[in-house]
Amino acid sequence: MGYTITEKILLSHAKGVKKIAPKDFIMANIDFCLGNDITAPISIREFRGLGRKKVFNQKRIALVPDHFLPAKDVQSANQALTLKKFAAEFGIDNYFELGEMGVEHALLPERGLILPGDLVIGADSHTCTHGALGAFATGVGSTDLAFAMAFGEVWLKVPGTIKLVYKGKPKKWVTGKDLILHAIADLGVDGGHEMALEITGDAIDNLQMDERFSMCNMAIEAGAKNGIIAPDKITERYVKEAIRRYKPPRKSYKIVKSDADAVYADVREYNVSKLEPVVAAPHLPSNGRPVSEYKDVRVNQVVIGSCTNGRSSDLKLAAQVLKGKKVNPGTRLVVIPATQAIYKEAVSEGYAETFINAGGTFCTPSCGPCLGGHMGILAEGEVAVATTNRNFVGRMGHPKSYVYLSNPAVAAASAVKGKIAHPAEL
Amino acid sequence: MKLKGKVHKFGDNINTDEIIPARYLNTSVPSELAQHCMEDADADFMKKMKPGDIIVGGKNFGCGSSREHAPIAIKAAGISCVIAESFSRIFYRNAINIGLLIFTSPAAKDLLKGDVAEVDTDKGEIRKAGSKKQYSAEIFPRFIQDIMKSGGLMAYAAKRRK
Repeated sequence: MGYTITEKILLSHAKGVKKIAPKDFIMANIDFCLGNDITAPISIREFRGLGRKKVFNQKRIALVPDHFLPAKDVQSANQALTLKKFAAEFGIDNYFELGEMGVEHALLPERGLILPGDLVIGADSHTCTHGALGAFATGVGSTDLAFAMAFGEVWLKVPGTIKLVYKGKPKKWVTGKDLILHAIADLGVDGGHEMALEITGDAIDNLQMDERFSMCNMAIEAGAKNGIIAPDKITERYVKEAIRRYKPPRKSYKIVKSDADAVYADVREYNVSKLEPVVAAPHLPSNGRPVSEYKDVRVNQVVIGSCTNGRSSDLKLAAQVLKGKKVNPGTRLVVIPATQAIYKEAVSEGYAETFINAGGTFCTPSCGPCLGGHMGILAEGEVAVATTNRNFVGRMGHPKSYVYLSNPAVAAASAVKGKIAHPAEL
Repeated sequence: MKLKGKVHKFGDNINTDEIIPARYLNTSVPSELAQHCMEDADADFMKKMKPGDIIVGGKNFGCGSSREHAPIAIKAAGISCVIAESFSRIFYRNAINIGLLIFTSPAAKDLLKGDVAEVDTDKGEIRKAGSKKQYSAEIFPRFIQDIMKSGGLMAYAAKRRK
């Protein structure tokens, strides 16, 4: 009986076992761990409580102050400073100050710090994003990160695997974001509980990395432990380019694929050629329905950015829709590139100019309003269309505000129309 | 250990943004987080609750972000344990790692707002005070029991690595 890609990566990192099966508890060696300005201060406090003089490996830890930077208040500034001081004291290279900082799940792959075959944990639920590289990556808590920084290990329960098979050629304006919102609507917000989502099919073979990251990013929104896509030529091209450009300490990686006789808890097939862009209504990411079903939903704010859809191809797509258009007078447009490299590309390619000429804003990289942090908080009763990943009660501001999740083209079209709109309507 | 406390009932998919909204995440001090515990699910929760009370949730309790601030806020508020039909994965491990008692049990369905619940934490037995009907909770695997008995993951780490 064979293993899935998730099981193979876990087995190769597990301590003291020769075989594994779903529901087994294992202690596993990690290749990389990460935390941010919200979660890492607790990890640092817990780590210091152990009284250890060294971290397990100075090059395998990243501390990214992406949530509240540029610091929104004194307390947030203090939290970022806690990370910076800890990194300096323990010789951790991967602390990213404002100016090179980006949203962690876009920044770390871009820098070649996370590689195919890795076992990655992060004190951030969207750590599952990195599964797009063919790595096992999962979100954990701050105490887990403290333990990992000290010992390079994590305890894990081996997940079962749900295989998602996407077939066909998507229509224009249908992106990876729509494919994953469609699956979350099918599975429900806890349909992937204690499961890996293995994302496969010819529709995925044709997706570039940006869209693959968007898909794995939202595995957690189906309650899954990780999302994962087997590495192929597209993955290797991306990874080799990142290594060439940034020269990370690790340059070799391992291509892992599922066995032909691997065992799956469930297999779901989706024909993407029939799909329309999907919009998920408040207050659950599983409320996805075709965009055409939303009639006259007035929109006060559009947010384009985040670890889900703040990458170059996302901004390019939004700029295509907004080129020569104006944002509706009743609507605000907030565009936030996920990293400095993406920011630079948006400037040099003219996307930034398009957003500004349309009457929108173009901001510095940050998680910003996605989690209701800053840079675009919603007032009572306000409605937003966002390319982010969650639309829970109060997520982007007031408990009585409303977030609809969409792809960047739908978000841009909605900014122009002032209501939820299909890009083809423009 | 035996716990007895008044039930505060919540529905399915209670998420970490409701348990401790992100606007309060510019601190990690437990007592400060506790002041806003459950605020976006029930704005008056902290006025209604007393230390020792019990939170009862539905399915997928604690879904959403990885913020450990969520179980920390609940623990620091003085809630003795959380009972739910199921817990989201990261909340589940965070609760174990920081020593907040959690029980996965069908009792979560039948316990109602204002009930008094009794929990035998060693046996994993739950019942409504004054009722004979007894519910069992999912027993933690040995591995997890060791972490919990040590008082959380870091205490377990300190013991193992000395």
